Amino acid sequence: MRVDRIVENIKNTELSEQVDLSSVSKLIETYKDKRGNLIPLLQGTQAIFGYIPKEAFYLINKATGTPLSDIYGVATFYSQFRLNPVGKHIIKVCHGTACHVQDAPVLTQALEEVLNVKDGESTEDMLFTLESVACLGCCSLAPVMMIGDETYGNLDGKAAVKVIKQIKRSEG
Amino acid sequence: MIKKILVGLGSCGIAAGAKKTYDKLNLIENKNFILDKTSCIGMCYKEPLIEVIDETGSYLYGKVDEKRALEIIDRHINNNEIIKEWVVKTDKFETSEKDFLNGQVKIALRNCGYINPERIDEYVERGGYSAIKKIATEKLSQENVIQEILDSGIRGRGGGGFPTGLKWRFANKSVNKEKFIICNADEGDPGAFMDRSLLEGDPHSVLEGMIIGAYAIGANSGVIYCRAEYPLAIQRLNIAISQAKEKGYLGSNIMGIEEFSLNIYVKEGAGAFVCGEETALIASVEGERGMPRKRPPFPAVSGLWRKPTNINNVETLANISWILANGAKEFTKYGTEKSSGTKVFALTGKINHGGLVEVPMGITIRDIIFKLGGGIPNGKKFKAVQLGGPSGGCIPESLIDTPVDYDSVNATGAIMGSGGMVVMDESTCMVDMARFFLNFTAEESCGKCTFCRVGTKRMLEILNRIVEGNGKEDDIERLEELGEQIKNNSLCGLGQTAPNPVLTAIKYFRFEFEAHIIKKRCPSLNCKPLITFEVDTDNCTGCTLCAIGCPVDAIDGAKKEVHFIRQADCIHCGICFTKCNFNAITLDKLNLSV
Repeated sequence: MRVDRIVENIKNTELSEQVDLSSVSKLIETYKDKRGNLIPLLQGTQAIFGYIPKEAFYLINKATGTPLSDIYGVATFYSQFRLNPVGKHIIKVCHGTACHVQDAPVLTQALEEVLNVKDGESTEDMLFTLESVACLGCCSLAPVMMIGDETYGNLDGKAAVKVIKQIKRSEG
Repeated sequence: MIKKILVGLGSCGIAAGAKKTYDKLNLIENKNFILDKTSCIGMCYKEPLIEVIDETGSYLYGKVDEKRALEIIDRHINNNEIIKEWVVKTDKFETSEKDFLNGQVKIALRNCGYINPERIDEYVERGGYSAIKKIATEKLSQENVIQEILDSGIRGRGGGGFPTGLKWRFANKSVNKEKFIICNADEGDPGAFMDRSLLEGDPHSVLEGMIIGAYAIGANSGVIYCRAEYPLAIQRLNIAISQAKEKGYLGSNIMGIEEFSLNIYVKEGAGAFVCGEETALIASVEGERGMPRKRPPFPAVSGLWRKPTNINNVETLANISWILANGAKEFTKYGTEKSSGTKVFALTGKINHGGLVEVPMGITIRDIIFKLGGGIPNGKKFKAVQLGGPSGGCIPESLIDTPVDYDSVNATGAIMGSGGMVVMDESTCMVDMARFFLNFTAEESCGKCTFCRVGTKRMLEILNRIVEGNGKEDDIERLEELGEQIKNNSLCGLGQTAPNPVLTAIKYFRFEFEAHIIKKRCPSLNCKPLITFEVDTDNCTGCTLCAIGCPVDAIDGAKKEVHFIRQADCIHCGICFTKCNFNAITLDKLNLSV
């Protein structure tokens, strides 16, 4: 199950003035005259904030003239885009075929337990977000999980929990 | 001669610890060797891999963690002692991995693991860009090139299996000043990573294929649509593109060919399996939702921005320059009459030697799994192999001698697909696998066609009920009926093939479905709701871990006394089984026969 991306479930329904959109404006300037710019724009925005704030949607709509519904339509179509803030460390547990055959669900279950969240949710201290993803392409090392840019393979429940505990320790 | 060490740093190598090995070697001061990087050689089950090249030859060492790396420095580099037991590949003697290696023919993967993918000179040294030079010096026409590709018989390696030469001819015939060539690097099949390895390991081979294709069809713009989950591939592609531009293989008047100019850019995907479908991919490049479009008109006539467009898979393109450089006849020496050449497979799942193998078409599935793959681990029995991912189907033991070529595989009900080959053993439940694939395609359905959008959901609901023990008598017939309807009434390949895994699982493993539905049993002991958990009185030590972990307090027993599960209250979650450290929770020991 992916991180929740349905419009109605966006947690912050009010527009906040604290969201600094200056970098988004810069992005829009770069992509303004390029065809098919919407997806790179959304990707760039997410790279800045870790998700796409509601304010960014309004800014892109105003600056490019693309209808808000079209922008939301694209943002909710692709699984990469997140509409809610995410934790510092995003744990992607691979549920591709090879990983599934090598008991990936056991991994997710173990992580849900140690983090006390359900698949798709973030921990209360916003340190971790747990996601299931389709395939990371490291099938020979199944089951696999990715945290940030690091890939961990040949896991079982205990090994996965060990990695999490190590990260928690390093965060102090 | 100063010795050289190449460390395999593809994504899987890094995940297996190769970066740590590389860093350890890099930290050595006053090195008496050259340290360099290369990519995945396909022998993933032996990662991390390092190659030592000395005056006697080259030796590929496997499972090289930091400790082993230092020992190799000490014994091989410093004292010229080849550590034979650790060598997995060399020309000097036979290794234990000879079966994995000898069955392969490397055409698409010819450079992977041998070059530093970030150095264009190393690509050129091994014959790279000679094909495009040949076109320039021999003044080959577009028709010459298309004919050569047609003669080679190469068919789309992305799964479609459509003759590439024919595809190029259609695009060539379209008249328009602006034409596009697109490389489909949106390898979305779970369990497939052939394209990733190619893009990370030999990006120039893909570029050269695109340049040749662009020349043949008359395109002046190229796009590589690469999924965002492959950041290393995207990085290497961008480096390769700027290097190719620098050397004149991209840009204007390429290789002095008048009026032939091409610029290529990389477009990142955003996570949608359906964007692997040509028209959905085009929609995505145009910045829209990735929803397939009606054909005709075909992309060759009206594609990206309504201009003639030709889309090819990564592996197809990697073959192109080899074919041009060596001649179509050489290519047809491998494979079968209707499926010439080789195919790269990602061999994964319950297999001893998992990794990438490139084999001539026509080899049997049995040979791939048991000869190259080394068979099933832990003495388990082979059950089925999934070919073609969520669009494909499972092939049971009775058909294991099926040759791997487009037509023979299609005849079984599966499809060749992009090359994902997931092996399953007796502990895999085929009903669960069918449900797994359908869960994937139902999630990835773009939603345009009612039969795909609603139909896959309904099939999934039925399968969910079955694995939970609530199967109904006519469920199998209902699944078959729905499956056929979805196949016949969907606009694109996703819907047209989504029911395949379910239909082939029913075709070859109907008894498993019946066991789940009628007897409420899972013969593979996989579907927890259908498993009876009991305490083994011989092994139980009374540690109480199971009772503590039980979410519904269904386990009785005092400390140090044999425990007991109250079946009436058990919800079959299996937590007791995962918690027990004494092998004292048994699964369904009563009735395993169906």
